[in-house]
Amino acid sequence: MTIAWYLAVSAIVFSLGAIGVMTRRNPLVVLLCLELMLNGGNLALVAFSRMWGDGDGQILAIVVLTVAACEVCIGLGLVVAIYRRRLPIDVDEMRELHG
Amino acid sequence: MSSVLFFIAAIGVLAGAIGVVVLRNPLYCVLALVVHLVALAVLFLLLRAEFVAAIQVVIYAGAVMVLYVFVVAYVGGEAETIGARLRSAGPTGAALRRAGVILAAALLVELLIALLGTGLSAIDGHGAGYTPGPQAYGTPAYIGKLLLTRFLLAFEIASFLLLIAAVGGVVLAGRSTGAVRDAGDAPARGDAPPALAVPPPPELRSAGSMAEGVGGSV
Repeated sequence: MTIAWYLAVSAIVFSLGAIGVMTRRNPLVVLLCLELMLNGGNLALVAFSRMWGDGDGQILAIVVLTVAACEVCIGLGLVVAIYRRRLPIDVDEMRELHG
Repeated sequence: MSSVLFFIAAIGVLAGAIGVVVLRNPLYCVLALVVHLVALAVLFLLLRAEFVAAIQVVIYAGAVMVLYVFVVAYVGGEAETIGARLRSAGPTGAALRRAGVILAAALLVELLIALLGTGLSAIDGHGAGYTPGPQAYGTPAYIGKLLLTRFLLAFEIASFLLLIAAVGGVVLAGRSTGAVRDAGDAPARGDAPPALAVPPPPELRSAGSMAEGVGGSV
């Protein structure tokens, strides 16, 4: 298959993730949809890397995986902290940043 | 052969992504994301990114998703759908969410125009030439050599970022650190509890079992 097919799949996955981030209200699912957006970007990076035939895109994809792991760590830590404080697990209710 | 595999994997990727966005139960969302990630690893293999595909399966679909399943089982989380939310959110919330969907659709159109309407003639090809070998494009030896020579700074920064994230996770989720306390009953720092006081048993909210995680539907 040509590179353009991979790029189309990555654009669709990115947009689906954007829909999820903007419409879901459970912070866990919002984090999952953020992962979808990162994966769409990763697929485009690897496809362009294949197109040029050098490894820069793959290195950047690995760095994106690392950043996604850090984001999961912090995000799930926040969700657990919200749960410990007996606050609602709902991004619509979590509008105030004061402690 | 490779185009058949591409369509199977692409259908898996898109089905997993749609599942994450529309499924009601957070645990099912996580499982749909696992399907998505494994199918995405097949796409990476088709693009000859063997090492990226391997760490995608081992780290992402393995370790990170296990962490997600643990937190979903611990926190539970309310089941909700886009449709129910649109109906119950009142006129403003529903309008905002419809606007979100329309915005994402516009984003998709824009991305497709930008990617497929580009002047790059190489996106209609099958990629650069590839000669198999122990140090060929995409193998662990190739990636490792790049990471430790040309991209050494990025490698070190990523390791430092992981360290910061680990410390941040401990600070955020740890029970007895100063940053986050239980809202009501935690004593202030330096205020020692009475010597022989028996703490009250914690409120039993859930046992954290898989059955509770999926809402008792198993």
